[in-house]
Amino acid sequence: MNHVIYRNLTSNILSFGFILLFTFSLSLNAQEGDPANGKSLFNANCAACHKLNKPMTGPALANVEQRLYDEEGLDREWINKWIRNSSSLIKSGDPYAVKVYNEWDKVAMNAFPQLSDQDISDILAYTAAPPPAPVDTAAGQQVVVQEPGISNEIILGALAVLFALLAMALIIVKRTLNRFAEAKGIPVVEESEKRIPLWKAFAQNQFLVLVTSVFFLLASAYFVYGYLMQVGIDQGYEPVQPIHYSHRIHAGENAIDCKYCHSSARVSKHSGIPSLNICMNCHKAIGEVAEVTQQEGINEYGVDYNAEIQKLYKAVGWDESTQSYTGNTSPVKWVRIHNLPDLVYFNHAQHVSVAGVECQTCHGPVEEMEIMYQHAPLTMGWCINCHRETNVNVQDNGYYTKIHEELSKKYGVDQLTAAQMGGLECGKCHY
Amino acid sequence: MSSNKKYWKSVEELNENSSIVETLQQNEFVEEIPTDEFLGDKSSLESSSTSRRDFLKYVGFSTAAASLAACEGPVIKSIPYVVQPKEIIPGVANYYATTVADGYDFASVLVKTREGRPIKIENNTDATTNGMANARVNASILGLYDNLRVKSPMKGGSAISWDSFMSETSAKLDELKAQGKEIAILTQTYASPSTRNLIDDFKEVFTNVRHVTYDAISESTALDAFQTKYGRRALANYDFSKAMTIVSVGADFLADWHGGGFESSYAKNRIPQNGKMSRHIQFESNMSLTGANADKRVPMTPSEQKLALAKLYSYVTGNSVGGSNLPESLDKAVRAAASEISKAGSNAVVVTGIQDINAQTVVLEINEYLKSKAFDTKTTIKTRHGNDKAVMQLVEDMKSGKIAALIMSGVNPMYTLPNSKDFADGLKKTELSISFSMKEDETALNCQYIAATPHYLESWGDVEMKDGHYSLMQPTIRPLFDTKQFQEVLMGWTVNTQPTYRDYIKLIWTEDILEGSSFNEAVQAGVFVKANNAIDVLDELDGVATGIANEAVTGNAARALAASAKASGMELTLYPKIGMGDGQQANNPWLQEFPDPITRTSWDNYITVSKVDADAMGLINENVANGGLNGSYVNVTVNGVTVSNVPVIIQPGQAKGTVGMALGYGRSAGLKAEMQTGLNAYPLYHNFNPVQEVKIEKASGMHEFACVQLHNTLMGRGDIIKETSLEIFNTKDKSYWNAIPKVSKDHIETPVTSPDVDIWDSFDRSIGHHFNLSIDLNACTGCGACVIACHAENNVPVVGKTEMRRSRDMHWLRIDRYYSSEDSFEGDNQKKDNISGLSSSLSEFGEMESPADNPQVAFQPVMCQHCNHAPCETVCPVAATVHSRQGQNHMAYNRCVGTRYCANNCPYKVRRFNWFLYNKNDEFDYFMNDDLGRMVLNPDVTVRSRGVMEKCSFCIQKTQKTILDAKRAGRPVEDGEFQTACSAACGNGAMVFGDINDKDSKIAELKEDNRAYHLLEHVGTKPNVVYQTKVRNTAEA
Repeated sequence: MNHVIYRNLTSNILSFGFILLFTFSLSLNAQEGDPANGKSLFNANCAACHKLNKPMTGPALANVEQRLYDEEGLDREWINKWIRNSSSLIKSGDPYAVKVYNEWDKVAMNAFPQLSDQDISDILAYTAAPPPAPVDTAAGQQVVVQEPGISNEIILGALAVLFALLAMALIIVKRTLNRFAEAKGIPVVEESEKRIPLWKAFAQNQFLVLVTSVFFLLASAYFVYGYLMQVGIDQGYEPVQPIHYSHRIHAGENAIDCKYCHSSARVSKHSGIPSLNICMNCHKAIGEVAEVTQQEGINEYGVDYNAEIQKLYKAVGWDESTQSYTGNTSPVKWVRIHNLPDLVYFNHAQHVSVAGVECQTCHGPVEEMEIMYQHAPLTMGWCINCHRETNVNVQDNGYYTKIHEELSKKYGVDQLTAAQMGGLECGKCHY
Repeated sequence: MSSNKKYWKSVEELNENSSIVETLQQNEFVEEIPTDEFLGDKSSLESSSTSRRDFLKYVGFSTAAASLAACEGPVIKSIPYVVQPKEIIPGVANYYATTVADGYDFASVLVKTREGRPIKIENNTDATTNGMANARVNASILGLYDNLRVKSPMKGGSAISWDSFMSETSAKLDELKAQGKEIAILTQTYASPSTRNLIDDFKEVFTNVRHVTYDAISESTALDAFQTKYGRRALANYDFSKAMTIVSVGADFLADWHGGGFESSYAKNRIPQNGKMSRHIQFESNMSLTGANADKRVPMTPSEQKLALAKLYSYVTGNSVGGSNLPESLDKAVRAAASEISKAGSNAVVVTGIQDINAQTVVLEINEYLKSKAFDTKTTIKTRHGNDKAVMQLVEDMKSGKIAALIMSGVNPMYTLPNSKDFADGLKKTELSISFSMKEDETALNCQYIAATPHYLESWGDVEMKDGHYSLMQPTIRPLFDTKQFQEVLMGWTVNTQPTYRDYIKLIWTEDILEGSSFNEAVQAGVFVKANNAIDVLDELDGVATGIANEAVTGNAARALAASAKASGMELTLYPKIGMGDGQQANNPWLQEFPDPITRTSWDNYITVSKVDADAMGLINENVANGGLNGSYVNVTVNGVTVSNVPVIIQPGQAKGTVGMALGYGRSAGLKAEMQTGLNAYPLYHNFNPVQEVKIEKASGMHEFACVQLHNTLMGRGDIIKETSLEIFNTKDKSYWNAIPKVSKDHIETPVTSPDVDIWDSFDRSIGHHFNLSIDLNACTGCGACVIACHAENNVPVVGKTEMRRSRDMHWLRIDRYYSSEDSFEGDNQKKDNISGLSSSLSEFGEMESPADNPQVAFQPVMCQHCNHAPCETVCPVAATVHSRQGQNHMAYNRCVGTRYCANNCPYKVRRFNWFLYNKNDEFDYFMNDDLGRMVLNPDVTVRSRGVMEKCSFCIQKTQKTILDAKRAGRPVEDGEFQTACSAACGNGAMVFGDINDKDSKIAELKEDNRAYHLLEHVGTKPNVVYQTKVRNTAEA
């Protein structure tokens, strides 16, 4: 949920970093800042709207003090004024302040009167520090591969080779011994020469043949039936989506409520695939994932999350450099995973709002799914089982008061199942 | 037992030397079977490179490939919005109030939209100015998704842009203005304040402009009469709920008379309350829907109607009117009606549909004289405004080349004008002709420019249906095509200050109409009633009215009317059908397939003839082996214009010496081939008078009708329609007129409702909801709005004429129409009871099959009765149809294997079988065969496939939705919340749906009503549909 908070801030805050743009000349830079403290201050106060290397809600701030001094001749004093109260600076008619204000959609930056001179110099020191070199991803990958040491497959492979060698050795030994015996004239006793081979004995025993064939027939019928019954059932269906969207990160790590995005599940029969404007509620501010997350994605799932966010921006027509919508949209064609046949009427609102069923009951551990897949078989038997086992959520629902009282008395139970309430009737789902 | 008898099939066989017999013995088939047609000839077979073995290989390979391909499920894509509009939630319907005003039908409606597309028209119960939505209004939604709509402006048959349309036409109009030439605007009745202003602006800008309003089916004489009498061009309003005695002389006021919309107020007094109900007497020639509902119907020719109206005036007011005398029986009926009127005084009302200024004046005078409460000259009707004389003058002037430019909107004179040829000649002489049209119709095709207009569901607009009663039209979907409204173009031509037509309406409304109320609220409600308006008009009229009252006594109009009534030869009365109206919705398959309430015939118009006349001319109707109805053809000649090969329907109740024919059929341009049905009767609509002298000649051949009801009478089966008279209803016990049928158990007569005679174990349905539907046969006028509403709600397919003829119609809800073979249904019952012995039954049942000359008529909507002891359920081998605790009989389509046992076992014949795939099938090229037409489908109801049975579900999708809404709100369901599509569409209050376990509900009360009975109750099916016995007010006062 942090992201949401950030987003709210972005709409208000503009140019904290602006101040940082107006770097002092080095000669004026009497106070030495502490980049480490500056980093934490930056992250707490500025990062919602500013990045070092990229414009966001406000301009990029790397080396801002130097740049301002070089280009505009503005000193630390100006920066301090701007940070502590930019709007008064704008009102005073300061030409550069007004220019910046106009350039950035006339959204004034939040005032930070609480920042001391030392704080500001710390922050500016941080912005002046050279950006950390990008991590060598290739190297990182190698390290990861090496980490588990000798993998299980290699051990197994080695063992298999070993056994094969052993077996070959034994055969060779046996042959050699036989040859020795032949040479020495010792007769090699062939075992069980007179015994009837096992398969022959089996074939001669009619009863056994009968039992076995019945068994085989039944077994194959079982498997054929099983095969046929799963035709059209797409349990585990995990199609490749046009944008690699990780429910694990959104629902799991960030613990965003399912119904924040799938809001229509509360009121409609459809859970609804979120429209892209919902994504942009957060992703307006989140153009890149955290470094750790990015690495994890590349290493464990082979996906570049930042590139996926770029796909979203492209679809929704968001221009990161100007922080504005271009109007060129290209709607995302998601591959639908849960497909009930047209002959079934299913209503999310009934299950989510009225019955209070957890989304995970049918959709599985979504918060752990890197890529969404179909968890449940979605067959009629599966639906009906649940209706038989689940009690109707009658608490504080005026609709059920009368009917539940009468029906539970009739059936002699405390709690009615959905089936007893009529949830097994054909027409409840098929019309 | 052997014998040497020789059997022979034809005389020819007795001739031993006959060669024919010899040949026939050798040939099984008389004619050679045309194998070559499907096998190809020998030479082409031999030259083919595909051998039989190759063919088998291909078949095998393609079968294997198909089955392999079928193993993989299809990949389904879902595309969400980029930015989802706030008001749209997928799966949740939105409702918008808007207004239909197509020049023929005017009504305030609610439009149900799903995912941004309109899918159904519903009644706006808060706006009842012009009644409820009728069948045509309910069906009008399909016009939005008509694939044959004009998709962009066109010039000479090819598409152009709006920019070039505007610049070209503006330049031309300016040029004509500079030359001082006359520009004519010919429009439908708009009754729109903003449009009137825009046309006035146009007149101001282009100086020499003439605006003519044209109604295809004219009420011009009534307008003239009202104008002469009250000084305003409008129609008097009638509120039938305030009338206890209604006398109508040729007025089909349950159809489109005076713009329609009277059925709701009429139905209010038809339900007996406190022993009283209204009395309705109808004098007419055709059997109309209104006549069918009358307590007393007197068939008479149009000229007799004129005389009767004059005499009625004379008997009521006491003034002599002269004229010839009516035949004695008719005169007696008129006298009786007059005495009833006099007795009722101000509770009586007289209406007429005779298109004659004297007749209309007489009616105004009688109602003035009576001070009728139902008669209202203040809140006048504005939905008909056409002026016949002006239209004729325009055609004349066009022919003489006086009109340089003709701009038309909402009219199709090339089809609807009786003298369309003159019009075509005149059109050629104009320098500029523009037709604002949704279709490439007859007129648009003959114009230089077709300005593509949007459907009303894509448009803004305003209507003043009655004085002070305003309605707003708002778009419910973005325009599907590149269209512009007539008003928008007018604004472009006159350079309006407002950017859009909506802004213009808002301006006009804020200035002139709203009196300070909010425009947005008016848009949301769809209607606005001006509080002060009526008072102003009242003041103004009071003076005028007193002046008239004196004049009424003179009775000049009545004398003139009596003098003008001359009978000569056969008389034709043209009328609009309930389904087709004036014909502008001819491309609407729902309306084409809608069976006419009276004749039960669809996909056709025809000439209705009385039995006597038919016999005299040798015209016949017969049912052939497959159940289809065939009828003779005639040629119809009026005033030198002949319409050839008009099929004949013999209509019980048709006045002798008269015939009737429906307008609105026989269109050919802008329609799919399947919809080009019937014959155009407008050429016979000479001088806009629906009554014409006619010559009928029999033509050869037989016409095949698609008539869905084979049996016309009830044959005295009182268990289907129960009816009684008001007198008996008031005086006798229920057991006399609504007895529960008895069955014999151990030779003891036991009521069928008794558990002793029930072979079923009863299921306890007292807990939860138990749905029932009550249908009041007194309030049902047979209008058919429910049929179309059911069509739209439940994705009922259209099957086409040939399938209809085979009785394979798919209507889940039908309205059966029964005639009586005696003068009354009671007479039928008595006749049946008196039958004794085989010979008597043979002859008398035969007689009962044919309806009387002037039969009584009853309408009965029949849908699945949702029997608690359903015969269909027990015979289904796969349990596809089962019962629910809520009283609904469920039908699981995916379980059905199509044995049709259920349909055979259903005593009500309400189950419908999908003989074919009716969607995405070129053989059934109706709305379900194109992407556009399928947008009207209700996403909550399955579209059925071939081979499954379907039937009314009691709109389970609607009841489930109501329950879910209540559950989500955590409250019990309130009475009136449960609705089916039909009960919601019924503006007459004839259909009431609800939960009988809610003891305080209206339906629980109706189920226990004295009039309540079940259809075929003696069968013991215990249906959940209950009918209310029809009570007729037969007592002559």
